[in-house]
Amino acid sequence: MSPMKTDYEPVIGLEVHCQVRTRSKMFCGCRTQFGEAPNALTCPVCLGHPGVLPVPNREAIVRTIQTGLLLSCDIDEFCKFDRKNYFYPDMPKNYQISQYDMPLCRGGGVTLDRFSFPKDAQDSPCAAARKRVRLTRIHLEEDVAKSTHFETTSGIDFNRAGTPLMEIVTEADIASPEEAFAFLTALRLMLVQAGVSDADMEKGQLRCDCNVSVRPRGQRAFGTKCEIKNMNSISGVRRALAYEIERQIEVLGAGGRITQETRRWDDGIGQTSTMRSKEEAHDYRYFPDPDLMPIKTSDGLLDEARTRLIELPIDRADRYTRAFEVTEYDASVLASDLDMALYFERASSGASNPKGIANYLLNDLLSALTSSGKVIADCPVRPEALRDLVSLIDGGKINSKQAKEVFKEMFETGAAPADIVKSRGLEQVSDTGAIEALARQAIDAHPGPAQDFLDGKASALNFLTGQVMKLSKGKANPKLASDIIERLLRSR
Amino acid sequence: MNLALEPISTLRARLRGREICPRDILAAIRERVEELNLALNAYVHHDWDAAMAEADRADLSLPLGGIPVAIKDVISVRGQPCTCGSRILQGHVALYDATVIGNLRRSGAIPVGRLNMDEFAMGSSNENSFYGPCRNPWDTSRAPGGSSGGSAAAVAAGLAVAALGSDTGGSIRQPAAFCGCVGLKPTYGRVSRYGLVAFASSLDQIGPLTRTVEDAAIVLGAISGHDPADCTSVDTGVPDFAASLGGGVRGLRFGVPKEYFIPGMDPAVERAVRAAIDHLAHEGAEIVEISLPHTEHAIASYYIIAPAEASSNLARFDGVRYGHRAKDATDVIDCYAKTRQQGFGKEVKRRILLGTYVLSSGYYDAYYLRAQKVRTLMRRDFERAFETCDAILTPTAPSPAFKLGEKLDDPISMYLGDVFTIAVNMAGICGISLPCGFTGGAGARLPIGLQIIGKPFDEATILRVAHHYEQTTPWHRERPPL
Repeated sequence: MSPMKTDYEPVIGLEVHCQVRTRSKMFCGCRTQFGEAPNALTCPVCLGHPGVLPVPNREAIVRTIQTGLLLSCDIDEFCKFDRKNYFYPDMPKNYQISQYDMPLCRGGGVTLDRFSFPKDAQDSPCAAARKRVRLTRIHLEEDVAKSTHFETTSGIDFNRAGTPLMEIVTEADIASPEEAFAFLTALRLMLVQAGVSDADMEKGQLRCDCNVSVRPRGQRAFGTKCEIKNMNSISGVRRALAYEIERQIEVLGAGGRITQETRRWDDGIGQTSTMRSKEEAHDYRYFPDPDLMPIKTSDGLLDEARTRLIELPIDRADRYTRAFEVTEYDASVLASDLDMALYFERASSGASNPKGIANYLLNDLLSALTSSGKVIADCPVRPEALRDLVSLIDGGKINSKQAKEVFKEMFETGAAPADIVKSRGLEQVSDTGAIEALARQAIDAHPGPAQDFLDGKASALNFLTGQVMKLSKGKANPKLASDIIERLLRSR
Repeated sequence: MNLALEPISTLRARLRGREICPRDILAAIRERVEELNLALNAYVHHDWDAAMAEADRADLSLPLGGIPVAIKDVISVRGQPCTCGSRILQGHVALYDATVIGNLRRSGAIPVGRLNMDEFAMGSSNENSFYGPCRNPWDTSRAPGGSSGGSAAAVAAGLAVAALGSDTGGSIRQPAAFCGCVGLKPTYGRVSRYGLVAFASSLDQIGPLTRTVEDAAIVLGAISGHDPADCTSVDTGVPDFAASLGGGVRGLRFGVPKEYFIPGMDPAVERAVRAAIDHLAHEGAEIVEISLPHTEHAIASYYIIAPAEASSNLARFDGVRYGHRAKDATDVIDCYAKTRQQGFGKEVKRRILLGTYVLSSGYYDAYYLRAQKVRTLMRRDFERAFETCDAILTPTAPSPAFKLGEKLDDPISMYLGDVFTIAVNMAGICGISLPCGFTGGAGARLPIGLQIIGKPFDEATILRVAHHYEQTTPWHRERPPL
């Protein structure tokens, strides 16, 4: 009998490699940039030439500590760099400068918010659970080069070699591919907003290795794990995990055993396959790098990192729902883009209807930006102008149709909404006397619909209101017009 | 007057007086190299035209203006071969200047030639060189010592005015003792290691080999100083070493460690060193016996730490980016294996194996970590001694220069020859070796070295003591019979 998927539960831990955004490399002065000609960004140090020595990039250390603080890690007073020894053509020195037993950050965690989950899983109970995935550690190391294999030869591009790389290691806390997706999405957003990394998976700035095992539901002991490598998107991680979990359940269900190994994900065919077995595992012979002094984090590094703390996206979203009464979804969309969030906060400051501002921002403003190929940072409509527009609507000064016209002009010219309203003569007529005159005119001109309304046909009122609007050239306050018509008819 | 044999101060005076020009010094050296290098094998490479061109541009107002300094083949000089006496670096031309080379040039000196050495500075006889052994100018059937054998032989034989060497466990001081010249290992962190091809990073230090103490002080002053490119270089002031030479030894207290006079050491060495100690006492110094109790563990712990670091430092020599590459490899792993099999000599392989073993999972604590603890104890030995002493006097090596081939098949006996120098590297302090006599009897007269060990960053004191000893004894005036 084939095993029931639900008889097993997966256990997942992630190792996330993330390039730290710095101007220069981790241990030399070469620039860090993606897409330059091969080996254009190299020097004797990052090529591992005889006699060179590493000098640590302070900025990379500060940014790693900053990341640790944002994720509630503990920062030890003393940390050090170690050498991880193994031979690989991508490694200029055949050892990688990394951190072994004294990493920059320990512990901490990432809370999974509902909207970090994939769209199709946002309504599941686990998306609502706000689970916290614990971190084991974050350490800093140098990235390796990139090999390209041609027909009979291989080329190595050392541009990437020596780029500062954070390794973020989770506990085995992740229970589904969707949680892994949510973890990476939430983490990535945080890294980008904090300015720590550009975290572009396609550029290899964010890479993720997954350790995954399955065990019969209810069993405490972990099953045998496999490590999966080579995913180049967050959805790829989800798919790879789903495939691998299913594979492991099938093997176990058929009475087989899982072999501990490293497996490679092939995104094209959607399968994992054996890359190397555990027997080939390296003994890395870690030892403290004698070329580098221990890092004393209290030597200004920690203080500097503290000055760069930001509000986490999840906290920001919570604040928006709490303080501005916007929906959870809107709050998470706003908080997911720092520029947009700051725009929203400026627009909402002192506003009576932040929710209305959020609506206008996420609908009309966003679509205008999209269709004009602009981003919020160069939005021609100032946040204060958006606030004024929304309060004109709320105050009944213009109707929503007029508002769209006004907004269009605001977006094109950057003019203030009140000026546009005035110059176009759009000010909504809320003078009851004037509207009443027009209402009488409309009723007299259309006795049929007037009678229909009195006979109980509610839609006739809309027709008559439309006539008043026409007579007023769109300036009448429709709500007021409708009220007045109704009053006039009923009082007949 | 042979310019190749003159001290720096004399050359400097004559250069500034326009009696000679830098080319004249280079020409004198070249003449001697052409005459003697075939027998000595001290230089493995030279580019006289480049050196002459640089000499013509030399600024004679600088402290070393126009003075050539010969360079051990382990220190990177832009555009020159840097092969570390190894096959694996054949064909490699350095892309950059080591910091010490930049410092020398800023002092007006001209880096000249590449000097023979034990492969990757691993050895005490210069026999572990891809270029064949360098020979001792006092007796060409004998080793010049190592690993800076080429530097010591060139200086002693007048094939160089001064030379740079490197010292990881005695590689400057022991060859200086064997060849009868002055060799100084500075305090760890005094001189930048940037551009020194690493053997054991936590022990390596570049230093001068010269014929006189004053020359050592001048060259040390030129190469010293904090270097932002070397995190282990220390940001401390560089005193004017040459200016502090005249102080004498009266009122100074010297420790003589009982552990440094061991059974089995050459009687001539013991005699000469004891006589040197008596001489300094006679000159007004106070001599006290001291104990450095952890000396007996020096060699054992050194041969864990140095190979461990070396196994990692030498991993980069894989044929992928530079140097020798095996031609018949089937894949990348095979290429590594064959390249390193062909490229490294026996002693280097022995130490890589040793180092790989002691760092292996499960052995790290028992070997590497334990050796580091012993190292701390050795450092404390010296700290305690320096609470009461201004410097420590010992022999540099337990024997004078041995015969080439004598210890080649007995690595342990070769390792034991470094027993008096290794502790200085392990403790990170400074030491100088200078001639204190000669062996007598039948056969060649062989120089004997006195080692003066100093407090961290107190090179000034050991230079001052060495200078006083030198100026009140005849040994430095002796020249090898070439």
